[in-house]
Amino acid sequence: MTDVSWIDAVLTSARAQAVAALLRYFRDLDMAEEAFQEACLRALKSWPKNGPPRDAAAWLIMVGKNAAIDTVRRQRREGPLPPEELISDLSDAEASTVERIDAADYRDDILRLLFVCCHPDLPATQQIALALRIVSGLSTRQIARAFLVSDDAMEQRITRAKARVAKANVPFEAPSAVDRSERLAAVAAMLYLLFNEGYTAGIAEAGSRAALCDEAIRLCRLLLRLFPTEPEIMALTALLLLQHARTRARFDSAGSVVLLEEQDRQLWDRNLIAEGLALIDKAVRHRRPGPYQIQAAIAALHARAQRPQDTDWGEIDLLYGALERMQPSPVVTLNRAVAAAKAHGATAGLEMIEPLAGKLDGYFYFHGARGAFLLELGRREEARVAFNRAIALANTPAEAAHIRQQLDRLASPLA
Amino acid sequence: MQYAILCYHDENVVCAWSKEEDDAVMAKLAVVHERLARQGKLGPVVRLLPTTAATTLRKDRDPPLVIDGPFAETKEQLLGFYVVDCGSLDEVLEIARELGAANPGGAYEIRPIGVFKPGSASA
Repeated sequence: MTDVSWIDAVLTSARAQAVAALLRYFRDLDMAEEAFQEACLRALKSWPKNGPPRDAAAWLIMVGKNAAIDTVRRQRREGPLPPEELISDLSDAEASTVERIDAADYRDDILRLLFVCCHPDLPATQQIALALRIVSGLSTRQIARAFLVSDDAMEQRITRAKARVAKANVPFEAPSAVDRSERLAAVAAMLYLLFNEGYTAGIAEAGSRAALCDEAIRLCRLLLRLFPTEPEIMALTALLLLQHARTRARFDSAGSVVLLEEQDRQLWDRNLIAEGLALIDKAVRHRRPGPYQIQAAIAALHARAQRPQDTDWGEIDLLYGALERMQPSPVVTLNRAVAAAKAHGATAGLEMIEPLAGKLDGYFYFHGARGAFLLELGRREEARVAFNRAIALANTPAEAAHIRQQLDRLASPLA
Repeated sequence: MQYAILCYHDENVVCAWSKEEDDAVMAKLAVVHERLARQGKLGPVVRLLPTTAATTLRKDRDPPLVIDGPFAETKEQLLGFYVVDCGSLDEVLEIARELGAANPGGAYEIRPIGVFKPGSASA
């Protein structure tokens, strides 16, 4: 690595903690972000000469804070005073900057920073964009590229999200245990969304979007280091690792989706699988099953199967049954039906999804799965209708290409 | 004389490396590994998975206590390690308990292994 790239890695790894602490001091996202930017600029000047500080995050917090205080003082001389509450916190700043940040503060700071990005008023896409901007430090251009929108559109989206967060009045005192667990759940959901944003991309966008999966995993590990005994955070991390492990096997050379069963399992990343399995083992020991734990357990059963025919579909059917009771949703039932069809035959799967036809009529996977069951039962004409409906609903070119393959199989007489 | 070289680094930083950066570091290390292996000097090489996947067994009490996360105390020192091949965390913990019963006090930190190269240095 060149000199600059080690600094990059240090800045990236310190960013969440530093911006989170700066947000606590300034109570303003823009100010915290600008203070951190300024600290990074000074780090780029100072670190190559002096070497990295022992505690990079503490250095960045101190330098960022001082830089922001200078700016406020300058503005105070030049223009109208900023609101008093903005600077009231700063008088004793010099004294306290040197003190190391208390571990509990640090934990709540980062959780708060992640939590402000997933305010319930923000639509999912704004939550993710804001998290990538604020927590991960991606440029607006990088985020725009990942979401396939123009830079201007993304800039607007982020500005709107920040304005909403500013109005939302996120409390800055230390959260209660209940608040903390609610925040943790909201943040976990946001990180899963972030991961899926990268995971559902087709091969064409995979380059710019795979980074979203890596980032979601990095933030999950960060969260897990802060909350090492939370089984659902272990499980979410495991789930993401186990899914991400399949990345290299998910597309063929033409860029089409390769179904789980048809993937070359040699291409699965064994390190990610080992880490995921270790985490799900840890989570299970707590005997507090939650939705992520069940989904991770399902992913673990796939990861443990050396060959597709080794997959324990009966167990997966049961796990989806448990998930259905915990979080009833037609999509979960649809997934259960796929497992049930593997374990007990396509008729079982078809019976399970027929009642969902009304709710899932606009859902790509419903028609895709239904088509596959019908095809397996030899009901070719009905299968064709279902596949055509699925194509019309495909969200990505990759999804459409996959269904087209099924239709091609229907078209060939030996299918 | 055999020596163990224990590798320490800021995990947050290493986890922030991109795949390319990580691969580049591993490639540079592989060059050194190969030369050492040719000289018959390289024993087992292990890269551990992140500490988030760690579990610690405190064996300074009876029964021992299982704790999520890595070993965090600084008043105890690293004195040795085992490499075991197990199907699940429960199985490793079983082994660790058995070892701990034979040698109480201190703790075992259990870490899944990412890369393991057995090496060829004569024991």
